Amino acid sequence: MAYFPPSGAAPRPGFLPGLPGWLNTALGLLASVALTFLGLLLVTFLIGRVVPIDPVLAAVGDRAPAEVYEQMRIALGLHLPLHEQFLAYVGKVLEGDFGRSVLTANPVLEDIRRVFPATLELATLSILLGVLIGVPMGVVAAVRHGRWPDHVIRVLGLVGYSVPVFWLGLMGLLLFYANLGWVAGPGRLDIYYEGLVEPVTGLILVDSLVAGEPEVFWNALGHLVLPASVLGYFSLAYISRMTRSLMLEQLSQEYIVTARAKGLSEARVVWRHALGNAMVPLVTVIALSYGSLLEGSVLTEIVFAWPGLGYYITNSLLNADMNAVLGGTIVVGAVFIGLNLLSDLLYRVLDPRAR
Amino acid sequence: MKALDDRSAGSFSAGPRAWLMAEAAGSRRQARLGRWYAAWLVFRRNPLAVTGLAIVCGLIVVALVAPWLAGHSPIEQNLQARLLPPGGGHWLGTDALGRDIFARLVHGARITLLIVALVAAIAAPVGLIMGCSAGYFGGWVDAVLMRITDVFLAFPRLILALAFVAALGPGIENAILAIAITAWPPYARIARAETITIRTSGFIQAARLQGASASRILVGHVVPLTSSSVIVRVTLDMAGVILTAAGLGFLGLGAQPPVAEWGAMIAAGRQFMLDQWWVAAAPGLAILVVSLGFNLLGDGLRDVLDPKHG
Repeated sequence: MAYFPPSGAAPRPGFLPGLPGWLNTALGLLASVALTFLGLLLVTFLIGRVVPIDPVLAAVGDRAPAEVYEQMRIALGLHLPLHEQFLAYVGKVLEGDFGRSVLTANPVLEDIRRVFPATLELATLSILLGVLIGVPMGVVAAVRHGRWPDHVIRVLGLVGYSVPVFWLGLMGLLLFYANLGWVAGPGRLDIYYEGLVEPVTGLILVDSLVAGEPEVFWNALGHLVLPASVLGYFSLAYISRMTRSLMLEQLSQEYIVTARAKGLSEARVVWRHALGNAMVPLVTVIALSYGSLLEGSVLTEIVFAWPGLGYYITNSLLNADMNAVLGGTIVVGAVFIGLNLLSDLLYRVLDPRAR
Repeated sequence: MKALDDRSAGSFSAGPRAWLMAEAAGSRRQARLGRWYAAWLVFRRNPLAVTGLAIVCGLIVVALVAPWLAGHSPIEQNLQARLLPPGGGHWLGTDALGRDIFARLVHGARITLLIVALVAAIAAPVGLIMGCSAGYFGGWVDAVLMRITDVFLAFPRLILALAFVAALGPGIENAILAIAITAWPPYARIARAETITIRTSGFIQAARLQGASASRILVGHVVPLTSSSVIVRVTLDMAGVILTAAGLGFLGLGAQPPVAEWGAMIAAGRQFMLDQWWVAAAPGLAILVVSLGFNLLGDGLRDVLDPKHG
């Protein structure tokens, strides 16, 4: 929702003076990521503590006698002081133990592993749409700066920021599924294609091609097109806007004048020289916007009954299944932190000045 | 002598415009008003920004006069008149309980405005205080405060808000609190960056030499200078706040029935999508228009107040 340059690309302080530069940077990055992750766990831990659901009662039932209740309290470690409870919590999470989901009775991590590919497939197709359409749009807007293509693209982008994703999804279903019949409805597959393909990667588009089932592939694509377009529109708005401002900055540089004076074609100047340089910060923009799609997918998944991580978290939330909610929150937060780190690293690799 | 004064400071009798545009202001108030007027002249030239301002003003007016504008009660049910199409006595038709959709939309503007105002009133001061203190004191204060900010910044907003609402329980107050908790970190970042650029300036050192306390310097000098960037960012964020609030409402975690909240209205209209599409369409359009208004306004304000990011 925010369209400001990523702050992740800012140079971070070194770890210890006296170490070689690259090692210092690497350790500094690592320490900052570890601290951020620890903070994330602290927040989820505290949220888990203030929930008005008594975890002991949830485990033993409200008719249990006092001594059974007390035994369970000790078994769950709730008699320990808070900081010891937190240490135990961190240890468990690092082992990948998020507890059991009350709703599915599976370990939360197992559930997340099952639902995550659906979200990944949706977010990946959306970011592809966002990049393939958004970058050229931004370039055109920058080249035609201040004229009507620029205004049209600017308004399109602002509408993309302003529209509620879940509403756009509902209206899209109404128009393209119910009235026009151009796309398939909610869910990942039609019911009679369900179970035909053995899940290997969990990405149906990949699995169906590997299994040699083109019919399943096309059906899955039909289901994916609308939610991916809705989400893709959101990232397109962000990416085209960032591309525009980065391109405007590049196009006003002196090397562009030199390139033009050399007699290079305008297309080469714009798409090769200017975009080539704008690409460095743009990569970080794209990485961060990939992360925000994971979040944007929460409401989209509800509307499209898409069995992904967002659907899982919301469904657990509505059923007071806190282990699943907090486990999901940690996973999404960890992916976010990972993408932040990745964009930081990419920036350093691509831009020699930042090394 | 009198004539010279008139020319340089501009007298009010020569017309408010001349007074506002005077080269040298005669009083502090005149200088301030004149600066605002100059900003308004730049702002006015941008039709998109003016549209945004009109939409936001429209929202405020509608929220103020809602009971007189609505014509119907937003919560009174009439099961004989369920799901009526737009037209007749109901401009936008009725919902599944026979409530007038237009009346509910108009009253929903109050909820939206309340959410936006409270989130801004909680998140902006928190962000300003955190950011300005971090930037002004530096050292370990900076390290600790910014690490906390980073943690909150690393969270996906909607998911964090979801987790908070899960812990606090559904309801509009908790939704506002949850959104505010997730909204302040960018303000802290901006305020810190601005503070660092001004903390070594001469006037701050002069104030310090005069014996002003750190809190006095922060509140009297640093915060006012950093607030214009923060205000721009807050305005730009309001669209996101409206969308998050609507999303929470859509999930049933925001305002509880029978309160008219736009996101919850979309959720209620969802099951009648196929035959009575207007029930879900109208509140969605309202959200779109209002958040577009805030985006346009924020964009225009940024061009005026913060030209370096233009």
